[in-house]
Amino acid sequence: MIKTNNKIRSLKFFLFIGVIFITVFVNAKDKEEKLNSKELQKKEIKDYIAHHLEDSYYFDLFSYTNDKNEKKYIGFPLPIILWDNGVKIFSSSKFNHGKSVVNIHGNFYKIYHNKIYKTDFSGTINYDKNNHPSNFRPYDFSITKGVSVIILTSILMFVLFRSLANSYSKNKGLASGLGRFFEPIVIYIRDEIAIPNIGEKNYKKYMSFLLTIFFFIWFLNMLGLTPFGINVTGNIAITFSLAILTFIITNFTANKNYWAHIFWMPGVPTLMKIVLAPIEVLGVFIKPFTLMLRLYANMQAGHIVMMSLIALMFIFYNWIGSSLSFFLAFFISIIELFVALLQAYIFTILSALYFGFANEEHEHNETH
Amino acid sequence: MEKLLQEFSIGLFFWHSIIFITLIFLLKRFAWKPILQAINDRENSIRDAIESAEKAKIEMENLKADNKKILKEAMIEKEKLLKEAKEIRQKVIDKAKDEAGEQALRIITEANETIESEKNAAIAEIKNQVVNLSIDIAEKVLKKKLENEKNQMEYVNDLVKDVNLKQ
Amino acid sequence: MEIPAIIGAGLAAIGVGVGIGLTGKGAMEAIGRQPDAYGKIQTAMLIAAALVEGFGFAAIFAVG
Repeated sequence: MIKTNNKIRSLKFFLFIGVIFITVFVNAKDKEEKLNSKELQKKEIKDYIAHHLEDSYYFDLFSYTNDKNEKKYIGFPLPIILWDNGVKIFSSSKFNHGKSVVNIHGNFYKIYHNKIYKTDFSGTINYDKNNHPSNFRPYDFSITKGVSVIILTSILMFVLFRSLANSYSKNKGLASGLGRFFEPIVIYIRDEIAIPNIGEKNYKKYMSFLLTIFFFIWFLNMLGLTPFGINVTGNIAITFSLAILTFIITNFTANKNYWAHIFWMPGVPTLMKIVLAPIEVLGVFIKPFTLMLRLYANMQAGHIVMMSLIALMFIFYNWIGSSLSFFLAFFISIIELFVALLQAYIFTILSALYFGFANEEHEHNETH
Repeated sequence: MEKLLQEFSIGLFFWHSIIFITLIFLLKRFAWKPILQAINDRENSIRDAIESAEKAKIEMENLKADNKKILKEAMIEKEKLLKEAKEIRQKVIDKAKDEAGEQALRIITEANETIESEKNAAIAEIKNQVVNLSIDIAEKVLKKKLENEKNQMEYVNDLVKDVNLKQ
Repeated sequence: MEIPAIIGAGLAAIGVGVGIGLTGKGAMEAIGRQPDAYGKIQTAMLIAAALVEGFGFAAIFAVG
């Protein structure tokens, strides 16, 4: 009797919360219609954050508006590489930050919402009925900001770990310099991530991938916390590329046992085998998919929260509110430092786990 | 989902995949292999060092035990030797004592025998001399006494008187 | 985003949050009981949490 009462009460509570939610959102939507100056500022900030989260054709470190109300950018342009009936390479400075139409041998290109479209000579963008641009998009292999950061990080990693490798022979088998900091992490990945999850026998062939992916994600996450507006691991294309590598390695190094577990699960009744097979097959794709989305969503959300809190300082524009949001932003930054490491760790350990599944052998009766 | 697909940039994916795979192979060749090798070597050398130290310790202990055993054996040996020496000494002493006793006894017996024989000889000689002397004396007395007839007769009478026929 | 979709995403987030919280709680209790089995518990926890999170992502991005 009491239990049912409780149930009804909690149901009422949830209904109540739901009603409040709906009211708040309806009100919020109403308000969007009448934009005042504050709302305008908010919209500007929202656009700024959205812009920051996207990849860019320029390596801009800062931008500001000068006295003549012109936007000035400090940074340098990057090469644009397009595939449109032949390779077309030119500097992104020609776009003049989206203001100009570029003419390459009679082909006209324009940046619209951070994407390159092929247009006529005046740069007209046509829209379809969903209000999306219907212009032709050439295949875009530009060296964007993200790509250049990836290249820089790769060079940094190569130099760093090459010097660590060299320091061993120079220093009688002991690491020196910065390597002293990274060596325990390498050992940790081997002893706590690779060996327990993959097994003593097979772990060696995955070590290079695990080490590279861990340090790569970690470094890129850390670079994302610098105030230069770098957001590489929060980009779906990057995380997709990382996750698909895990997917490919898992499935191409898998043994017979792994496939047996997917298509014909041993040790369960035949009916269950038929039911389990599609679920397991789906699992093969869901695993890398969540790997991709987890990193993307965490990094994206972290950047949005941090930038919103920083922007809050300018929205409040008073002592109490601004200092409060400053401290909040400060603590979130510290948490983000931790999240940067945690996400790299999670990605690595889950990759190792999936490799472990692919290499599992069932002569022993271990529970799993 | 739609937004994600829109955001997806093929160029970024393409470049990232190429760079990342290259990076994996470059790092594998130039960094991870030597690093892991060096770490492995170092761990092995540490393990070996610990093992050999352990072995040395055990050997040391064995040696110590051996030493103790040897010492103990030596002690026992010494004790035994001492005991034997004591026994031998006792035996020697006993034997010497016995021999000495026997010798002494023999000497004494011999001496006694010699003394006895000498004594007997002396007594015999003395007897002979006494006999000779008495005979001489008796001869002389008799010669003196029996110089006249009367005395001769008296003496014969005396003798005859002494010789009474005892039946 | 439509309002029902937003609410749906929020509910999915609540569910996933509770789910992962319970997973972590269970794992911590298990580690408390058996600190030696730390590695195995951690692995099992990560698998479970990853699965739950997967549903969360699926829900949120299906909406978004």
